Amino acid sequence: MRAWHSHIPVVAMLLVSALFCLLQGADAAVSAETVKTSRVFVPAPPKGKGDKCVADTDYMRRYHMTMLDHQRDDTVHEGLRTKQFSLKECIACHAVKGPDAQPLTIKSLKHFCRGCHDYAAVKIDCFECHASRPEPGKKAGLPANHDEKALSTLAGYLGDKRQ
Amino acid sequence: MARIVYKEIGGGVGFFGLFALLALFILTGLASAWYMEHHGHIVTGMTNQIVWGTPHVFAVFLIVTASGVLNIASVGSVFGRTPYKPMARLSGLLAIAFLIGGLAVLVLDLGRPERLIVAMTTYNFKSIFAWNIILYTGFIVVVAAYLFVQMERTMNGYIGALGWFAFIWRLVLTTGTGSIFGWLVARQAYDAAVMAPLFIAMSLSFGLSAFLLVILTAYGFSGRPLGDQILNRLGRLLGIFVAVVLYFTALQHLTNLYASEHAGVERFFLLEGGVYTQLFWIVQVFLGGLVPLALLYAPQIGATRKRITLASALVIIGGLAQIYVIIIGGQAYPLILFPGMEVQSSFFDGVVGVYSPSLPEIGLGGGGVALALAIGVLGMKVLRILPESLDDALIDPHHAPVQAAKT
Amino acid sequence: MTMARASANQKPDKAYPDRRDMLRGLAAGIGLTIAPGVTLYALGGAAEAKAPGDRVTSKVRWGMLIDVNECADGCTECVTACSKENGWADTGNPRTDAQWIRKVTVSDPKTGATQSLPMMCQHCAEPPCVDVCPTGASFKRADGIVLVDKHICIGCRYCMLACPYGARSFIHEPLEDQKPHAPRGKGTVESCTLCVHRVDEDRAPACVEACPAEDGGAMLFGDLNDPASEISKRIAKYATRQIRDDLGTDPGVRYQNL
Repeated sequence: MRAWHSHIPVVAMLLVSALFCLLQGADAAVSAETVKTSRVFVPAPPKGKGDKCVADTDYMRRYHMTMLDHQRDDTVHEGLRTKQFSLKECIACHAVKGPDAQPLTIKSLKHFCRGCHDYAAVKIDCFECHASRPEPGKKAGLPANHDEKALSTLAGYLGDKRQ
Repeated sequence: MARIVYKEIGGGVGFFGLFALLALFILTGLASAWYMEHHGHIVTGMTNQIVWGTPHVFAVFLIVTASGVLNIASVGSVFGRTPYKPMARLSGLLAIAFLIGGLAVLVLDLGRPERLIVAMTTYNFKSIFAWNIILYTGFIVVVAAYLFVQMERTMNGYIGALGWFAFIWRLVLTTGTGSIFGWLVARQAYDAAVMAPLFIAMSLSFGLSAFLLVILTAYGFSGRPLGDQILNRLGRLLGIFVAVVLYFTALQHLTNLYASEHAGVERFFLLEGGVYTQLFWIVQVFLGGLVPLALLYAPQIGATRKRITLASALVIIGGLAQIYVIIIGGQAYPLILFPGMEVQSSFFDGVVGVYSPSLPEIGLGGGGVALALAIGVLGMKVLRILPESLDDALIDPHHAPVQAAKT
Repeated sequence: MTMARASANQKPDKAYPDRRDMLRGLAAGIGLTIAPGVTLYALGGAAEAKAPGDRVTSKVRWGMLIDVNECADGCTECVTACSKENGWADTGNPRTDAQWIRKVTVSDPKTGATQSLPMMCQHCAEPPCVDVCPTGASFKRADGIVLVDKHICIGCRYCMLACPYGARSFIHEPLEDQKPHAPRGKGTVESCTLCVHRVDEDRAPACVEACPAEDGGAMLFGDLNDPASEISKRIAKYATRQIRDDLGTDPGVRYQNL
């Protein structure tokens, strides 16, 4: 017999997804999609453009926030404008198009960032200021170069040996 | 001197009623802050020209008052005036309470209040604002320690040293608060060294008034004896502080009047500033300065308590008006982009700023005052802060009770 | 010189790539009259295009020169261009809407003489906003551009009180669909960035590019530290003014014929 409190997350998630369905009529399909066949609620982030991301998926999952955080100071204060860890590039590459063929904003449940962040209940502050989609009507950027050297430099900075 | 017994205040219907009322105001303040945060500052009266509004008036008032209210304790332990010593605990408690109230308002008005941690972890040491963050939080710690050594008998030996330390700290703190405005070179109404001593004078005056109102209420509520001697003593001191505020205010304006460069801003404040001119002359100078002076120095006007209560209340109203004129009036007077020239633009250059306080701003400010009072009331309820009696004979046996009986 | 100025302020898109060529051309013409070290500096150092991976250096100090005589009264092309480039707009609340750049009409009450000029962040060498910012969110980049790091701005607005130019705006409402290169959001303070995203790509600010005044526009953008730059030569030759120079803020924006 499992402890009663182990069910809390599941119940909470069901409640949350139910709430989302209620609140976002148009996007309700997504929640249904993510739940689908599995008994466990798992987010299914849409695929980005190109064949691979700027780093391995595992690495990105774990360190995307650190990469963005690190680069943001370099960009704002020192004018570093490389594309590899640029939020603008992430947004351009991972943009999801809506029914009107325009990229969706963070308001939509289908937005790349939302699936996981809603799932993990991690509030992100980025889009209070940053655009959550490429400029409508403009061609989205291409995937940035996969610069292995820059990646290993960052891994060193993060103290991560997995690269 | 007889032994002073400190005792918690009781918890009758009156106490809980008061506490519930304060809680209501605090909740209103929180709701206001949430509303402002949710919709953005568009729902307030603040604009790109008047960037600091009513919340800042309340916050600065509470912070200035906090440092001034500690003066009662300082007079006792720094200047060795025995009659003040029994009130030192209350003085320390209220200093912390008012500071927390003021800081809460200041913080909840921020555009990004949830980033408070940023303000505490990244400092620009050239900013007087950053220094104030350290001075304010340090003040709470220093005064708490001061309060502790007063209340812990085995530590009483440290009262003198900590009293001095707290006294110096509060002077630096108020200097810092005044310098928030005094060091702004861009604005005609600020950029003046007199801001620091003016703020110190204001703190002494507002702090003592707040203290007087609190003891009058607390002793009235709890039915504990409060002698007229001590009230008269504090009243006379308040008179001096009120006069000092008037002196520095006169100095501030006379210095400006002498320099033709500042003629414009002085004409604005003293003659043509509409609501700011009225607040200055009628509320700040007349009601908040001259009338209290008359009340405090003319015993024939009426009973001690009534005179002192009224004078203290007027000083506080005048003080709010003064800070309103300094903060909001100072911003309403337009920036001088081109000295001697007239300017005009879509950004209201050269035009007197328009501001009217909005409900959420007043709600937030009022919430801060209520929070300060609630901390004070709660402190008196759970700690041994308030002397059982502040009777004349108990405080100062050298004064004959005959004199006190007169009023 | 006229030619060089025109090329520095050319109309959209191909404006900036020409800058190096222009300087090379200039250097060829004047190289002999300048000390060899200076010529070398002008070419190899500051004037070289910045690669995306380069960090900004203090070898460069970006500045702007505005010829007030050329600036037409009633013309707001620079304001429109800035608004379009950076995504701020009139929402019908003039007192709370952000304005990164505005046209100011200056008149002398004693003589009636009237002029019109654009006013924006003056990118001071000694910026009061940077001094007063409690968190260091207001900062000056090594190349002299004064910016707000919105990641650490707490929205206290003290910088707005401190700025002598009224150059800053507070964002009073939630925003969405900002320009990807110009993040801006509720509860933070902002001002002209000198189009830092363009400058880092070696392009001139949008306002400079948009200025329709004759002879390449009334606004000239360039490196104040490079003696060979057009702007340095112009400010060496003609009397120019910094607004509120009495305050000692040493703005990077200068005005000619004011």
